[in-house]
Amino acid sequence: MIVGLDMGGTNVDAVIIKQRKIIKTAKHPIDQADLFASIWTTLEKLLADIDITAIRQINLSTTVSTNAIVEEKTSPVAMFIQSGPGVPHEFLAKGEKNFFLSGYIDHRGRVVKKMDPQEIKERLNQLKQENIQDFGIVTKFSTRNPEVERRIKDILTPHSFSSITMGHTLSGKLNFPRRVNTTYLNAAVSQTFHRFSTHMKKALDEMGLSNIPIHVLKADGGTMQISHAEKLPVETILSGPAASLMGIHTMFASEKDALLLDMGGTTTDIFFLLEGVPLFEPLGIQMGAFPTLIRSIYSQSIGLGGDSSIDIIDGDLIIGPERKGKPLAFGGPVPTPTDAMIVCGLYSEGDYDKAFAGIKSLGDTLGLSANKMATIIMEEMATTIQKKVNALLAEINSQPVYTVREVLENRQVKPEEIQIIGGPAKALTPLLASAFNIPCKYPEHYQVANAVGAALAKITTEVTLEADTTQKIVSIPELDIYEKISRNFSLADARERTLASLKELAVQLGATESEIEAEITEESSFPMVRGFSTSGENIRVKAQIKPGFIHKLEGIDHHVTSKE
Amino acid sequence: MLQAKNKLGLVLFPAFDWAISETHPERKERLLYTQDQIFEEGITDIEGIHLYNPAIAEEKDILRVHFPVPDVQTRVSQSHLVSIGGAITAGEKVMTGEVDKSFALVRPPGHHAFRVVYGDRGFCIVNVEAVMLENLRAQFGDLKVAIIDTDAHHGDGTEDIFWNDKDTLFISFHQDGRTIFPGTGFVEDFGGPSAIGYNVNIPLAPGTGEEGFLYVLDHVVMPILEDYQPDLIINSAGQDNHYTDPLTNMNFTAQGYAKLNERLNPDIAVLQGGYSIEGALPYVNLGIILAMAGLNYSQVIEPDYEAKKTRQTADVTEYTKEISELVLERWKDRDNIARKVRAEKDVIEKEQQIYYDTDGIMENQTQSFILCEKCSGINTIRSKNDTRVHIFAITIPRDACKACVDKGHRLYKGTSEIKYNKTYLQDRVNEYYISK
Repeated sequence: MIVGLDMGGTNVDAVIIKQRKIIKTAKHPIDQADLFASIWTTLEKLLADIDITAIRQINLSTTVSTNAIVEEKTSPVAMFIQSGPGVPHEFLAKGEKNFFLSGYIDHRGRVVKKMDPQEIKERLNQLKQENIQDFGIVTKFSTRNPEVERRIKDILTPHSFSSITMGHTLSGKLNFPRRVNTTYLNAAVSQTFHRFSTHMKKALDEMGLSNIPIHVLKADGGTMQISHAEKLPVETILSGPAASLMGIHTMFASEKDALLLDMGGTTTDIFFLLEGVPLFEPLGIQMGAFPTLIRSIYSQSIGLGGDSSIDIIDGDLIIGPERKGKPLAFGGPVPTPTDAMIVCGLYSEGDYDKAFAGIKSLGDTLGLSANKMATIIMEEMATTIQKKVNALLAEINSQPVYTVREVLENRQVKPEEIQIIGGPAKALTPLLASAFNIPCKYPEHYQVANAVGAALAKITTEVTLEADTTQKIVSIPELDIYEKISRNFSLADARERTLASLKELAVQLGATESEIEAEITEESSFPMVRGFSTSGENIRVKAQIKPGFIHKLEGIDHHVTSKE
Repeated sequence: MLQAKNKLGLVLFPAFDWAISETHPERKERLLYTQDQIFEEGITDIEGIHLYNPAIAEEKDILRVHFPVPDVQTRVSQSHLVSIGGAITAGEKVMTGEVDKSFALVRPPGHHAFRVVYGDRGFCIVNVEAVMLENLRAQFGDLKVAIIDTDAHHGDGTEDIFWNDKDTLFISFHQDGRTIFPGTGFVEDFGGPSAIGYNVNIPLAPGTGEEGFLYVLDHVVMPILEDYQPDLIINSAGQDNHYTDPLTNMNFTAQGYAKLNERLNPDIAVLQGGYSIEGALPYVNLGIILAMAGLNYSQVIEPDYEAKKTRQTADVTEYTKEISELVLERWKDRDNIARKVRAEKDVIEKEQQIYYDTDGIMENQTQSFILCEKCSGINTIRSKNDTRVHIFAITIPRDACKACVDKGHRLYKGTSEIKYNKTYLQDRVNEYYISK
């Protein structure tokens, strides 16, 4: 049995999956003041009358770190930043204390100007007095040479601070400003997450579940074991949409290009699959005002949902983005799409008369019958979604590429089917199939999609290897590896080493060796020429474990509508 | 989050899978570190800076400008079509107003490619800027354009293409041709009979540094542009003037390039040469990008920069002042000079010997400019190379009057196809390009 748990906006949802089917669900409202208690109560409800010895794993998607950032309840952080020459760096001051250090590392990872340890040492006492316990250290090109970050960490370690985060360990990608942001956030949520994970482990202990692996969901739709999450708590942020995407994905298990939609009360989340694999953000997720390097699925939200308020302004039908309360049929103040669905006979709950009256009143403004008005409202929802999706696809399909081959290939995302969940899913399916001219699928009942997504998410991660055979150095920043290699280190050697490192990292995240499916995603080898001959090779390899689910979810009826 | 003052379009096309040869300066690695620097600096996240993918140029785009021997397919690879497509995309985005300015960091470069193309010359096969510009004119109508070539080598190909075009002012400042490839670019080369004065060469002394370059910009280029009032300023942005460049002897710096770009204020910049791929390109290009976006570039400094290393001598300063004065005087006197050159002539001939250093071909050509009172007149090229290929090309320019259009067509018809290996007609008025 696998337990999946998702912290949503209003409730915690939990699910037990056994032999590929949902056997029990539980739900409990969230107390924002005590997130841990909310999770714990839900878990207790879920596990009552269950043979807990059969539980193999608990996966959770938590908003603990995200909320701390949004509510500005994070710990104060001191940032040591070595940016050297280039773009002005003042805007990188994200911490409570920010120190811009001397020294510079160039694009080849060579230390061009040394760092001065005194600049750090002379500030430590003051920082201790101000009770700063969390530190972030970032230099430019640290993914190619982590030595300076490591040396700074060595200066800080003996002082037993709460956390020290080195930028290069967070991602192998180039983008110094994002690396600074991500490092800052990691340091800022470290204590918060530790408190949470300590509570979690203690409570599970008391319940007799101390031997069960606890995994936390990441924004890339994969999980990591809680001990790894304690080192990289920033990776637990914004996992909600990933849970949603995985939940839908496990139901239909498509291997094509697809459009996935999760329509809630207030918003609709939009995702894409590219040949059955979730589409990712190219660099990382955006957390509020912070662009980051946190590996993440691509997701966009529009203010359109089952409870969106409907209005007619100057003869124009406006749906959302606000939600002013429940639908009229449930005692709310204004008409909503749910009311329109009720009038169309597509939803049988709630007070029909209240819904009808509200929709009729809207229709009167435009000289339309209630039924016609309701139909138009549903059509407008489908049209709004279509316009937004097409705009997003245009953007996605014009992402920069850098080789002649890619320009000529021109691979575009072109959805061949739509998968939709949420209250209005059934009502919208025929309209979406018609608008996009592709089949649209929805499940009959699917209340705990996010929790299912969390439960069935596989381990996924990526590594970056960069080797310079002139300098005889290889760097694999995600594993904090920086070692000597021989002059003969080849692309084949690089591939082997990258895949081996990927497996190592996956095991650290909690995977068992047998379930690791690794693939190389990018590779290149540039002869470096100095004078008139080749002095060495500049080799770059990236590999990942494809994001995916443990198994398909069964036992839920689903429906397919094609365009008539 | 940084916000650009000018909306800047970037086409970053390092063509990682293409090279002239593995060890040639124009090799796969060339823009690798530049791309690394641009990504690490977070340029792609700056609000107002937008990256575009290159379009793919078409045969017609090439034929508007060049006479490729024997044809486009043989001479021009996919990579070149993408490189030119990158410049075209950059140009289009500015013309449609989608961005305020754009910078095409594309390879391979093009300013050594003449109108006749037998092969690769100075790492160039087709002239990226010229093909881009003529494509923009075909799409968006007549434009009065100034091309400022800041590459350390004289832009001889661009000079040749716009030699007789008054609507394209070509200004090139470069290391003196007596000391470096291609050996041309002198003050006396002042333009064809219908465009006298509109080809401006400023040969500079080896060892010229920031002071000299900016002096020339402020005292020659900007005043000329003030007179000319172009619709568009294009910067052929060669970066081999840098003090670390392995092929040249100049002393320019990343800060200098950024300042130059800020003052010149071009609408479009297209990468040219520059082969100090680790020590210069990442920093120079970063400086140019920040300058064009209207952002603070004052902290863009090469790791090994030392002010005293890049200072020019007093002699160089003196020479720079003299040459600047001379060039500006000639510009002011151009109409006079034009009258003297054209005086009662019907045809003016120009002979050139062009050496294709990369491919080892020697070409001899005679261009004939047939004067016309009403327009810039048709011109022809008779060209022979040392592999015994002999061609004849006729150009009907954009502004040709009806009589000259007819003249051009009659001349083409009247030329027997057995006389030459290939005869070409380039009719810019009707966008009609054929050969036999």
